[in-house]
Amino acid sequence: MSKLFFNIIRPGINTTIQDLGRNNYHHIGLPSSGAMDKRNFVIANKLVGNNLIEACIEFAYQGPLLELVGGNIVCAVTGNISFKILRKNLSKEQGICYKSFSLQEGDKIDILSTNKSVYGYLSIKDGLIEEKHFGSYSTNTKAKIGANNGEKFNQSQKILINKNNENYEIKSLKYVNSKIEFIRIIKGTNFNYFSKLSQNKFVSDEYKVSKLTDRMGMRLEGGKIENITNTNIKSEGLVKGVIQVPADGKPIIMLSDHGTIGGYPKIAVVISADYDRLTQLIPGSKIKFKYISLKEAQNLLRLYDIETENILNQIR
Amino acid sequence: MIKNITNLGDAALYCDFGEDVNIEKNLEVIKYFNEIKNLNIDGVLNITPSYNKLIISLNQSLISFEKLKEIILKIKINETTNLSKKLVKIPICINDEFSLDLDRLVSKLKLDKEDIIKTFLSKKYFCYMTGFIAGMPFLGDISDNLRLKRLSTPRVKVPKGSIGITEQFCNIYSFESPGGWNIIGRTPLKIFDKQNQFKPTLVNPGDDVEFYEVDLKEYNNLNE
Repeated sequence: MSKLFFNIIRPGINTTIQDLGRNNYHHIGLPSSGAMDKRNFVIANKLVGNNLIEACIEFAYQGPLLELVGGNIVCAVTGNISFKILRKNLSKEQGICYKSFSLQEGDKIDILSTNKSVYGYLSIKDGLIEEKHFGSYSTNTKAKIGANNGEKFNQSQKILINKNNENYEIKSLKYVNSKIEFIRIIKGTNFNYFSKLSQNKFVSDEYKVSKLTDRMGMRLEGGKIENITNTNIKSEGLVKGVIQVPADGKPIIMLSDHGTIGGYPKIAVVISADYDRLTQLIPGSKIKFKYISLKEAQNLLRLYDIETENILNQIR
Repeated sequence: MIKNITNLGDAALYCDFGEDVNIEKNLEVIKYFNEIKNLNIDGVLNITPSYNKLIISLNQSLISFEKLKEIILKIKINETTNLSKKLVKIPICINDEFSLDLDRLVSKLKLDKEDIIKTFLSKKYFCYMTGFIAGMPFLGDISDNLRLKRLSTPRVKVPKGSIGITEQFCNIYSFESPGGWNIIGRTPLKIFDKQNQFKPTLVNPGDDVEFYEVDLKEYNNLNE
């Protein structure tokens, strides 16, 4: 039986395999990892009729150029993505996000860019052939674990695909990624380490997403946060969304591949309901923060989850 | 004992065991960690012990913050329970190539190289926690006269296997990583082994670690 796979002609800037991440290993230094924008990740799976937790290809900024070898597949692209399908007979098609499509042997998919956003997903019906490490396919390039031996994809590599079941129907969804106006935060455990003025400035000023942002963390540029207590704490556990402020006063938001332990004071934590949209902010984007209570954050997550459920149910 | 439980964002409990950092306190944290892990609570995603804190992250669609807090507050820890622990002997090669900050230690601590090495090797160190990067052990306490602050500008890349000290602590860089600890030498051992998914870490919280010196030839022979 011939193998079914993508030949990587161009790997893209940061193309990895992700699922919903791994749990239970923070205590040995493995963060959760997983898809940065989980809503777009689950939509991608639903569009090709997969189980919602099936591993997908995640790309950032410029995506990969892939050639299909060994058979036909059904796949889908989610996010705000420009892409083209280059048919074997040399015809070119403009790709449409949120609509599954078939690729024939010899066709190529060229993912050009993530427009005004960072991450996008390519799902493949029946999934990929990869290895799980510590309960998840998610690639963590820091610890070198997960799919593709913990590395991002390189040129001339192959991405092995499970043989697609022949029966399928094209599914689609009308969906537009909404812009987020405020990133809502809950006060952090070291909130009172910072001056009153800085506590207020953190929500009245505008911050800018720095170029030094990746799957581990998002650095912010803007008014310095003044620490009046101690610029170090005894190292302790972190979770994604935590905003640490090192001695230089420039906040860093922990993202999915963050170090599991940190020693900088925490001014705030981004609420779970705003995390997907936070990760999609490109360098240079302006951010405004807003403090809310734990109760409000819990309600907002409930609403966000219901909304995601409704979106999934609209896929026809 | 847990002094206070608050929230770290909307998806984690922040259990505070008090300000001081010592082995007794850390053993309490580790006992709680073991107990909560054994309870296999539905909706608990990660439990992260550190010197004097325990952070428990949760899936809010499976368990609420309030409900989990209630469960944690009910846990009783047996003060006399002994933890299973082991002594891990780790080779260290100390030379110009590996010991990036030995000269800095000499000038800042006003000690001879030989004194620093002898003092460092003479103690058994306790593992308080593992993490930051996969498998990195946080060990302590180093002798009073070896205590020094972090580098003021951290290195962008600390080589894998580097052994660093700062303040009362010592760690081993299980992977190449940015870092600001004072590097005293390097070990050839693999600190994190991803092939061994049931026991990937060489050192676990509660273990003791002893370092012994090897020369470059032995280092190369042992290099994993």
